[in-house]
Amino acid sequence: MRGLFAAVMLMGIFSFLGASWMLLLDAPDVAFTEASVGAGISTILALATLALTTRKAKVPVRRPALPLLIVAVTGAALVYGTLDMPHFGDPEAPASNYPHPSYVERTEHDIHVPNVVTAVLASYRGYDTLGETVVIFTAGVAVLVLLRGSRKRRPTGRGEEDAG
Amino acid sequence: MTDHTILRVVSKLLLPYVLLFALYVQFHGDYGPGGGFQAGVIFAAGFVLYGLIFGLTAVRRVAPARMIELVIATGVLVYAGTGVAAMLMGGNFLDYDALNPAHPSTGQHYGILVVELGVGMTVAAVMIAIYSTFAGRGRA
Repeated sequence: MRGLFAAVMLMGIFSFLGASWMLLLDAPDVAFTEASVGAGISTILALATLALTTRKAKVPVRRPALPLLIVAVTGAALVYGTLDMPHFGDPEAPASNYPHPSYVERTEHDIHVPNVVTAVLASYRGYDTLGETVVIFTAGVAVLVLLRGSRKRRPTGRGEEDAG
Repeated sequence: MTDHTILRVVSKLLLPYVLLFALYVQFHGDYGPGGGFQAGVIFAAGFVLYGLIFGLTAVRRVAPARMIELVIATGVLVYAGTGVAAMLMGGNFLDYDALNPAHPSTGQHYGILVVELGVGMTVAAVMIAIYSTFAGRGRA
């Protein structure tokens, strides 16, 4: 498929399906994030990129035999890995026992917040979330520095003297 | 897309509800699903919708680039500042119990609310900034 517009749309649809899947697994917070970031903003940004570049992918020069082999082997390995995974809803699964269930029991007493996800995210694991916020901050600053820096230079042609 | 009447009218009708829903997700995150991250993205989506229909200049008028850059940094400072405030009041960094020693759970409430606000500010501003730099590049 060479139509990049269709590829972007497929990516958005895939994200949306992922969100529905998370909802089925009783994880509305994750589903929310996936729907708004994956299906929403990412699609918009990918479309904005298409508007800046082109809608058609170039025809590859080489034959895709080796990449195809790598993808097939990786896919087979991943499928093989899922065979060992615990069954859906298994109470013995690590996902049901870690983080320790006492988070659920303690949250009501410690924090008085019904949404345990928020309690873990913002209070018990506050350091991690601070780190995440700094990561987003850094990503934003990096994009601003990269994209805006080159735009200023183009119309005036003065940037080269500044950089030189 | 500025001359599509239906798009203009419908998006104008939708916009307040998008922003209101973002604020609901932001401040109701303790009780329902959601929190600062999701709220920030939804808030930014409102601006992106506005930009798609009414053009980038209109967005820049509402949210000037300088202000957006300020908000990006302020969000992180609000988050870290909450931690420092907890330290100043005798607790550990980001230990919200210290924010209200008489009622630790109230302190936790305040802490989570403020911290999530910080996350929401940074996320929303970063998304708006990325969108507007992407969209602004095409015209230069």
